[in-house]
Amino acid sequence: MTWKRIYALFVARNIEFMRDRSALAWNVLLPVLIIFVFAYAFTDDNPEKFKVGLIAQGSLQGAAAQFSDTRYIKFIEFDEAEANLFKVERHQVDLLFDADGNRYWINRTSPNGYIVEKLLIAAYAESDATLHKILVEGDEVRYIDWVIPGVIGMNIMFGALFGIGYVIVRYRKFGVLKRLSATPVTAMEFLSAQILSRLWLLLVVNLVIFIGMDLFVDFRMHGSYFNLLLVFVLGSVNLICCGLVVAARISSEEVANGVLNLFSWPMMFLSGVWFSLEGAHPLMQKFALLLPLTHITEAAREIMIDGVGIIGIADHLLVLGVSSLVLLWIGARIFRWE
Amino acid sequence: MSIILQVTDLVKRFGSLTAVDRVSFEIREGNCFGLLGPNGAGKTTTIEMMEGIKQPDGGAIRYRGEPLGEQFRNEAGIMFQTTALQEFITVREVMRQFSRFYPHSVGIDELAERYALHEFLDQDTRRLSGGQKQRLLLAMAQINQPKILFLDEPTTGLDPQSRRNLWNQLQQIREQGATILLTTHYMEEAYELCDEIAIMDHGRIIAHDAPDALLEAHFDDVVVQIHAADIPRDIGEREFRAVYRNDSAHILTGDVNKTIEHLLHFDIPLDRLRIRARDLEDLFLELTGKELRA
Repeated sequence: MTWKRIYALFVARNIEFMRDRSALAWNVLLPVLIIFVFAYAFTDDNPEKFKVGLIAQGSLQGAAAQFSDTRYIKFIEFDEAEANLFKVERHQVDLLFDADGNRYWINRTSPNGYIVEKLLIAAYAESDATLHKILVEGDEVRYIDWVIPGVIGMNIMFGALFGIGYVIVRYRKFGVLKRLSATPVTAMEFLSAQILSRLWLLLVVNLVIFIGMDLFVDFRMHGSYFNLLLVFVLGSVNLICCGLVVAARISSEEVANGVLNLFSWPMMFLSGVWFSLEGAHPLMQKFALLLPLTHITEAAREIMIDGVGIIGIADHLLVLGVSSLVLLWIGARIFRWE
Repeated sequence: MSIILQVTDLVKRFGSLTAVDRVSFEIREGNCFGLLGPNGAGKTTTIEMMEGIKQPDGGAIRYRGEPLGEQFRNEAGIMFQTTALQEFITVREVMRQFSRFYPHSVGIDELAERYALHEFLDQDTRRLSGGQKQRLLLAMAQINQPKILFLDEPTTGLDPQSRRNLWNQLQQIREQGATILLTTHYMEEAYELCDEIAIMDHGRIIAHDAPDALLEAHFDDVVVQIHAADIPRDIGEREFRAVYRNDSAHILTGDVNKTIEHLLHFDIPLDRLRIRARDLEDLFLELTGKELRA
C-alpha cells in the first residue's frame, strides 16, 4: 500500500465532490432544513402530552389503577427510582411514581409535572393512602438539545452511506473502477482513499452545521469537544464502512438505492434520533443496539447533555471501533472492480 | 526478439458459454500484435485476461516468464474500448492522478505536447470531443512509459483524420521500442500497424501469422473489378463466376491475362476495370464468414 496512490485518489475524489456544487449544497442544506422542520414540528404532534415513570411490582389497584387509566398520559414502566431520577431532573418524564411506596418525584420547574401532579392527587382524593412528594431540581433539556446530536449523527449516516455507496456504484457502472484496476492501485488503497476523502468532508460539513446550529439555537454542550469529535470520527468511519460493504459488488444505482434505504431507514427511526426508545418494546430496544447510529446518537447525547467523559462512552466507542474494522475487512474482501 | 508475453491454453467461461477456448500465442518484445475477430469472437475477453482485469478459468499468462504481478502492473499501459473518467476533473488533474500511481512517469507537459492536448489541459474531461478523449486515454496509457501497451479498438468511432493521427502516434510508440497488443475491426489498421495478427472466432484462434504471410498462405488469386453496368449479370455469373456487390462485379482469378482475354471475347469494356490484390478484409470474411454477428 502506498500513500502516494492513496493521496492521488483522495485528491481526485475531493475535487470531484467540491466541484459538484449541487451535491455540496445538498449536503449542507438538507440537515439544516431537517433540523428546523422536525425540531419544531415534531414536538407538538404527540397526543400523549405527558410522560409518567411508573414503578410497580404487581398489578395496580385502587387509586393507582385509576391514575394509570388517565388518557393522554404515557406511562413508562421503570424497575427502580434512583436510576431514573435524572429523567425527572431533565424533564424527560414529567413525574416518577412509585405505586408500591406511594411516593412520587417531581421537578419543581416542570409545567407538565405540575399538571400531572394535580391529576395524581385527584386520583388519590378518595383513597386512604398518603402520597409522599419528593422534589428534584434540574434544568429542562429542550427537545432541540436532545435532538441535535441525533440529527448530526443522522446527517453523517446519510453522507456516509449514500456518499460512498453511490459514488462507488457509479464508478463501477461507468467503468471508472475498471480503469483504476488496470493500474497498480490496490483495492485497499482505493477504499482507504474513499474513506479518508468522505471522512474529512463529513467532518467539515458537520462542523459547519454544528457551529451554525449553535448560533441559531444555542444548544447544550456540557462535555469535551475532543470526545465528541472522537465519537463523530469513529461513527463516520463505521457508517462509511457500511457504505463500502453495500457498494462492494453492486453495479446498479437502483439496487444500491434500495439496499442503502434498507440500511438507513431503520436507523433513522429506530436509533432514537427523533424520539426516545424509552417505553418501546424490549426487542426493538435490543435491535436498536445493533445500529451504529444508536451508539453515535447516545454517545453524543451523553457528552453534549450530561458532560459524560471518555470512560462513560467507552462502550459505544468500542462497539463503533470494532464493528468498523469488521466491516472494512468484509468490504475489502468482497470488493470487485467490475 | 525475446518473448514479452506468453498466453497458454487460456480458457474463460461465462455460464455454459466458452468465450475463450484454449487460446495460445506469444508476443515478441517490440512487436505490434493484432487480435482480430468479429463481434463476440472473444477478443476483448482475451485481452482483458491478459491485462489482468479478468481471471481466466484455465491456462496461464506470463509476462517476461512470470505470472502477472507488480512488475506487469507497473510496466503495462492499457486503453480500454470504453473508459469513463471521474467527473468534474480536468485533463491535467486526471493525468497528474494517474502519474502518481506509478513509480516512474512521463511529464504531463511532454505527454500533452505529444498528443496535442496542451490547449485542453485545464478543460473538464467531459467536454472533450471523441478524438480528443481518445488522445487523452492514449496519453494516460502512456503515462508510465509502458513496455507493453494494450489497445482495445482504439480508433472505433473516430473520423478518418483522428484515426490517421492515432496510427502515427502508435507508429512512434513502436519506434520507441514498446510492444503493442491491438484489437481492431479495421483491417486496414491491422495491416498498417501490426507485425503479426491472430484472427479469433468462437473463442479460438483460427489464423495467426504476419499479415502478408497470411495473405500469401490463403490466396493465390486477385480480384478483377468491373463496373456492374459493363458486364451483363448472366454472362458475369455464368462465364466468370462474378460476385455482384453494389455497382461492381468482382471476379476472382489466378490468371489475369486469361481473364482479360475472356472479357474481351464477350466485348466487355475495360475502361473501368480495376485489379486489386486480396486484402485482410477478404481473408477475414473468408475465415469468419459473411453472416451478421450479434
